[in-house]
Amino acid sequence: MAQITSPELPPAVETALIKAAGLRKVFPPTRRGGDAFTAVDGIDFEVRRGEVFGFLGPNGAGKSSTMRMIGCVSPVSAGELTILGMDPRVDSSRIKARLGVVPQEDSLDLELRVRENLLIYGRYFGLKRAEIAARTAELLDFVQLADRAESTVEPLSGGMKRRLTIARSLINSPEILILDEPTTGLDPQARHVVWDRLFRLKQAGTTLVLTTHYMDEAEQLCDRLVVMDHGRIAAEGSPRDLIERYSTREVLEIRFAPGSGEQEAAVAKAEGLVHSGERGSIERIEELPDRILLYGADGEAALAAVHGSGITPLASLVRRSSLEDVFLHLTGRTLVD
Amino acid sequence: MTDKLSVPVTGLLTGGASVTPVMADRVVAAFLTNYRRTWRASIFSSVLAPLLGLVALGMSLGKVVDAGPGAHAFGTVDGRPVTYLVFLAPALLANTAMQTALGESMYPVMQAMKWQRQYHAAIASPLSALDIYLGHVTFVTLRILMNSTVFFGVMALFGAVHAAGPAGIGPLLALPAAVLTGVAFCAPTIGWAITQERDTGFSLVFRFVMIPLFLFSGTFFPVSQLPAVIQPLAYATPLWHGVDLCRGLALGTATAGSVAGHVAYLSALVAAGVWYGRRTYRRRLNP
Amino acid sequence: MTTTELPLTTPLARLLLGRRAFGPLGGSKAPVLIERNMVVYRRLWLMLASGFFEPLFYLLSIGVGLGKLTGAVDGVPYTDYVAPGLLAVSAMNGAVFDSTFNVFFKMKYAKTYDAMLATPLRVGDIAVGEISWAQLRGLIYSAAFLAIMVAMGLVHSWWALLALPVTVLIGFAFGAVGMACTTFMRSWQDFDLVTLALMPMFLFSGAFYPLSVYSHWIRVLIEALPLYHGIDLLRALTLGRVHVGLLWDVLYLMVMGAIGALVAGRRLERLLLT
Repeated sequence: MAQITSPELPPAVETALIKAAGLRKVFPPTRRGGDAFTAVDGIDFEVRRGEVFGFLGPNGAGKSSTMRMIGCVSPVSAGELTILGMDPRVDSSRIKARLGVVPQEDSLDLELRVRENLLIYGRYFGLKRAEIAARTAELLDFVQLADRAESTVEPLSGGMKRRLTIARSLINSPEILILDEPTTGLDPQARHVVWDRLFRLKQAGTTLVLTTHYMDEAEQLCDRLVVMDHGRIAAEGSPRDLIERYSTREVLEIRFAPGSGEQEAAVAKAEGLVHSGERGSIERIEELPDRILLYGADGEAALAAVHGSGITPLASLVRRSSLEDVFLHLTGRTLVD
Repeated sequence: MTDKLSVPVTGLLTGGASVTPVMADRVVAAFLTNYRRTWRASIFSSVLAPLLGLVALGMSLGKVVDAGPGAHAFGTVDGRPVTYLVFLAPALLANTAMQTALGESMYPVMQAMKWQRQYHAAIASPLSALDIYLGHVTFVTLRILMNSTVFFGVMALFGAVHAAGPAGIGPLLALPAAVLTGVAFCAPTIGWAITQERDTGFSLVFRFVMIPLFLFSGTFFPVSQLPAVIQPLAYATPLWHGVDLCRGLALGTATAGSVAGHVAYLSALVAAGVWYGRRTYRRRLNP
Repeated sequence: MTTTELPLTTPLARLLLGRRAFGPLGGSKAPVLIERNMVVYRRLWLMLASGFFEPLFYLLSIGVGLGKLTGAVDGVPYTDYVAPGLLAVSAMNGAVFDSTFNVFFKMKYAKTYDAMLATPLRVGDIAVGEISWAQLRGLIYSAAFLAIMVAMGLVHSWWALLALPVTVLIGFAFGAVGMACTTFMRSWQDFDLVTLALMPMFLFSGAFYPLSVYSHWIRVLIEALPLYHGIDLLRALTLGRVHVGLLWDVLYLMVMGAIGALVAGRRLERLLLT
């Protein structure tokens, strides 16, 4: 039988805006006789249209290198990378024309005012001045900087600069917005403003790709994410999937007086609660320098069982599992040191 | 020629400082610590630049000038015409002091105020705004003294210091004269620099104040060569007073009256600068 | 794309750059960099104007003021002799300043080029754009200075019309080498070396007096320096003493600029696209 062709099937680019297979980034040795550094060690992922896709991992995991390769400012060392159906080695300018980039380090033009930053950036894309002017007004409203349009960049707060960078990255109405650590260095209030704006972009259908080492940021924004560590992908899925797959519903955190030796004793006792089959049974224990984490379905019951087994913590906390716990489980380390 | 250089005489300044306990020395110590890290830059500006200037303009261009029709325009000492090298060298000494003063009085102030914020740390300590101002002036004075001394030594090596003059020490007085000239520039400039929000004004000072002073205040040719309408302007500049003072002392041609006049003018500028700097520092650091 | 294209610059830039990490090097979108710089300098016009006044101050002081005392040099009044030298020095200084301090600041601190490279601009666009802007600016200064020379009667020949393109050549040679050096700089302290190279050249290359004051070997040394060739060319043109030997000067500056541009292009790409 002849194969059934389906003309309605969208082209491949519609299902995956960005596609990577065996992607590697190796930096040559900085000194003669030094070692080459592998920042990205063969990763595979796909970003689909309209989703928010995240790279979660600690500093040095290879997230920024991956983002720079996607942004066509860092040559791919090995493997495949396709962005909007094009190869960055050949079509970097055409790809970049359809991307928006929010770099980790602010790169606003300090010699230009707020409005001019958008105007000139738009000109880099070859847009017409009138078109940029109209869009600038909209974008400054969107990032709540309309009243600072004639200000210079220097006196703006960190949060304002970040929002201006986001507005700038949107000047060409990009199909994909890539954000490298969008809220690192911002205070909590400024972070929430940025999250709110990014959430609106997501609602409007923009595809977002972001890196973060904040698990709350990843949980709030990402539809799907990969957990990266040492240049490799440790796990992939939605935040909820990952938590279900790699952690328990709840976590009990218990703390002891530092240096008292109580924590070590408590770990030994708590081992008895693992898979005890009774109420308060836990699945596993993680020991951190300053606290013990007990993973189980019911944190309050686990706390009762802890007391019952003769452990008396200085403080205790029951909470839901988060991506932090997923990362801890996968790598044995915490995201933020 | 916008290199960074510096300056002089604390005795003149402490009169204005006696109101507060002078802890300015701590500020000086802080700047000196910092200076140890940037000495390489100043080796160039303090030693090489004036040396090269003296060789190129004093000796090489001097050959042309001394053979020209104006060879007698530079006055005489002991009945012999003054060579261009000898005419130029003490003026370049005064210019070294001015350039050091201006170079150390603008960007470093902004750096301490805005970029590295040492001033914020200093004002949070027991130091007063006046201490900080005087500390900066003293540091710049030391830099002017250093650079001027080096240049003076180079002048002597080139035989550009006349051993004439009362008891033979006259020429040595050109050194403190240069330092005084430098302080006359740095005291007001430091006070002004603290009022600046941006550094754009600084390069304008270099280009529209320092360079015209360097070129038209009697360094390269007597002011009498300028058009008559401009001459009074040149005679009014602090650099001309510094140049004429240094030259008169180095050549042994100075009269008591001219020395007194120049010193009074430059000292008045220092006093006015301290008065002004004290106000601006207070206003900026203790708002 | 509404950006004015500069089709001629693309093959030039391509010639000058080696390893291609991302397809063509670009160069055709350079005019938007000029547009950016014009927006920046609209507010800094006084600073821009000051670049013109500096050589004028020197001309009036050393040329006119001291000139009365020196008499004729090399068969012409001293002012006429010094003016083309100052024109060459000003072309050199402007180009070097733009391609060293300004480029270093934008590259290392302001991250201006990183921001540009996130857009369709390529390294070639940036290199061509920055060099073109510096040349344009230098050209305006040179034209103004030449106009003053004409007004003061310091120009002896129609050959002086060629002085304008020659100032561009001087600017290109020094700007390209300056940019190449900048790609090796690590901190602001390294810029002392720039001053260390410029100041002796400024003082000793014959802008202010003929090389005949030197001994033979010093003269040979000075004639090997690039500024000497710029001064020699401009002086010959404005004084109307044109001869075939000047082509050596042209060749020297062209080779110097080409080598500088070659190194700068390769190094810039390696630094910016890592």
